[in-house]
Amino acid sequence: MTLSRIAPYLQAAPLTLILAAFLVLPIATIVMVSFWDYDSIQIFPDFVFTNYEETITSPVTWRTYLNTLKYTVIVWAVTLLVGFWVAYYLAFHIRSATMQMVLFLVCTIPFLTSNIIRMISWIPFLGRNGLLNQSLMTMGVIDQPLEFLLFSDFAVVLAMVHLYTLFMVTPIFNTLMRIDRALIEAARDAGASAFQILTNVIIPLAKPGIAIGSIFVVTLVMGDFITVRFMSGGQSASVGLMMANQIALLQYPAAAANAVILLVLVLLLVAAILRIVNIRKEL
Amino acid sequence: MSQKTTDRTGAKSAKSGKPAESGAGVSRRGLLKGAAALGGLAVGGQAVTGFPTVWAQNPITLRQFGTGVSNLNAIAEKCKADLGITLQMTALDSDAVSQRVVTQANSFDIADIEYWICKKVFAAGTLQPMDVKKIKYYDQIVPIFTTGKLTPESQIAQGTAPNTVSFVDGPDSKKFAPAPTQWMTLIPTIYNADTLGIRPDLVGRPIKNWKDILDPAFKGKTSILNIPSIGIMDAAMICESAGIVKYADKGNMTKAEIDITIDFLIKTKQAGQFRAFWKTFDESVNLMASGEVVIQSMWSPAVAAVRSKGIPCVYQPLEEGYRAWGGGLGIAKHLKGAQLDAAYEYINWYLSGWVGAYLNRQGYYSAVLSTAEKNMTPDEWAFWMLGQPAKTDILSPEGKVMYTAGAVRDGGSFKERMGAVACWNSVMDEDRYMVRRWNEFIAA
Repeated sequence: MTLSRIAPYLQAAPLTLILAAFLVLPIATIVMVSFWDYDSIQIFPDFVFTNYEETITSPVTWRTYLNTLKYTVIVWAVTLLVGFWVAYYLAFHIRSATMQMVLFLVCTIPFLTSNIIRMISWIPFLGRNGLLNQSLMTMGVIDQPLEFLLFSDFAVVLAMVHLYTLFMVTPIFNTLMRIDRALIEAARDAGASAFQILTNVIIPLAKPGIAIGSIFVVTLVMGDFITVRFMSGGQSASVGLMMANQIALLQYPAAAANAVILLVLVLLLVAAILRIVNIRKEL
Repeated sequence: MSQKTTDRTGAKSAKSGKPAESGAGVSRRGLLKGAAALGGLAVGGQAVTGFPTVWAQNPITLRQFGTGVSNLNAIAEKCKADLGITLQMTALDSDAVSQRVVTQANSFDIADIEYWICKKVFAAGTLQPMDVKKIKYYDQIVPIFTTGKLTPESQIAQGTAPNTVSFVDGPDSKKFAPAPTQWMTLIPTIYNADTLGIRPDLVGRPIKNWKDILDPAFKGKTSILNIPSIGIMDAAMICESAGIVKYADKGNMTKAEIDITIDFLIKTKQAGQFRAFWKTFDESVNLMASGEVVIQSMWSPAVAAVRSKGIPCVYQPLEEGYRAWGGGLGIAKHLKGAQLDAAYEYINWYLSGWVGAYLNRQGYYSAVLSTAEKNMTPDEWAFWMLGQPAKTDILSPEGKVMYTAGAVRDGGSFKERMGAVACWNSVMDEDRYMVRRWNEFIAA
């Protein structure tokens, strides 16, 4: 009797312990340190709001957050567009299930190499004397190398779209596959055009997938620092980069305060997404 | 100099341990053939024999970490051969080094740190000063590190000049002494004078001053390094050269001076003068080699790396002088007894010439020149230290041709280069403010 009562707790215990040790505890530490004081070499236990004050009142922070949000919005929009159409094509235009799986696996092939390698390989391609500029110049399309291709916002967005589109494809593909084909037939029988089917049937039913993909992309882009650093050539800032700089200079409390603010912001974004779409409906 | 590198402990210790292990492997295999697996294990267990010194009876391992420049495998191997002391080396970037000295005091025995890092971290009390009486070549250490003056009449440069943080009052003191005492914080290992690197084939005009990086002709083709504490110094050299501001001390700016410098950088950045900001050695090499930039902050081995690809690159001496940096070995507070003796022995060996010659052959400078000279050929010495044209091909320590006969080193002799130091890498009192403003510059 008693055993059957504690059994569910025992079953939940491993996950609880793991999450407590590796998620709750570190976050609690970060929150705690964000109130500490520091000088150039040490941090002191304290309870001060200067870290938050300095972060929030500085126009740099605002500009950096806005810049990060700008990347997030652009990358989200582009990955959604590209991701949705790839998933749509796989789900509705490829007839055989085998072919669908094969093509889906083809999408994941780039992931066999490291994230950073895939990103860095853009650099020689886009550079001033890179492959693209050289080809365009030989073809006579341009006579001056295009400078905006590398070390610019364009390069950052391009690399992020390249890196993160699959995170959008996978969940959307998953939800599209679950759509009952009879619904589409019914819509067609009722006289809906292809566009109406898309907007009235498929997109509403794909919402959970879109929401999950969006959460992936938004959190990845908000927390990114290495792509921004390499592809902008250090010309642009992101919140992650700002934190990396602070950590590098031993300013842990300032970085912790930044991390807490970023965490709150990302959680708000995720909450907003979940508010619009009930993802549990489909899981 | 601070090089962003990966932790190479594994690779290094694996390599330094190789000769002994492969020997053991052979004998182990032989024994295994005779089905004597147990015996093989026993042999494998005590494979390392034949130490030349006392450490053979009592094997000592020293864990050293520091920036990539002087954490060289070859030094660990030679140290093992000469002294029998196993050096476990870890290469980190300067920021990681400072963090580790302060926060993980027991994770290292020897810290190979830069002087400005020393100023920052020594107060944390995790390093112990060294008794100069136990340093055999103390009297021959280049005076930059003791009195601060290369020659009696030279001026002490701005910034964290090594002599200002080289000594403390006593064995337990954390306060830097203004003049040499018996207690030295770091034993200098390696130092150099940094300047701008240029692509002579692409700049199309002589480069003479730091301000030439602002020339509109190079719009979108310049770069400076994005390590705040070093980048701000290059920026200061540029601003002063361009007549924007005159600093009382570039290495310790006032808030107003920081504001002027950063505001000017932001203006320059927004005008599109810079192509990129680099943070790692490799990035600087790639920017230069690919022709993305034609003039930028650079470190001397990066110039050599560009040149080794067959691309012309010059480490251009400039009228205003150099920005210098230097590193040294510090001993962890927790070392005592035999380990402390071994650390002193290692440091004395470091200064005894072989390492010095090795470093000089890379284009850096070593702390005790007299012993290094004995380990170099007269031609090598004349080329690297006296700035004379090479009579024969100049080889790198690994035996690759670095310069062909007739070449002259950029910047000339040791005295010309180290005598023209305008400022040292430093850490400022207004460090926190500077970093905030620097982030603003990068975000602008």
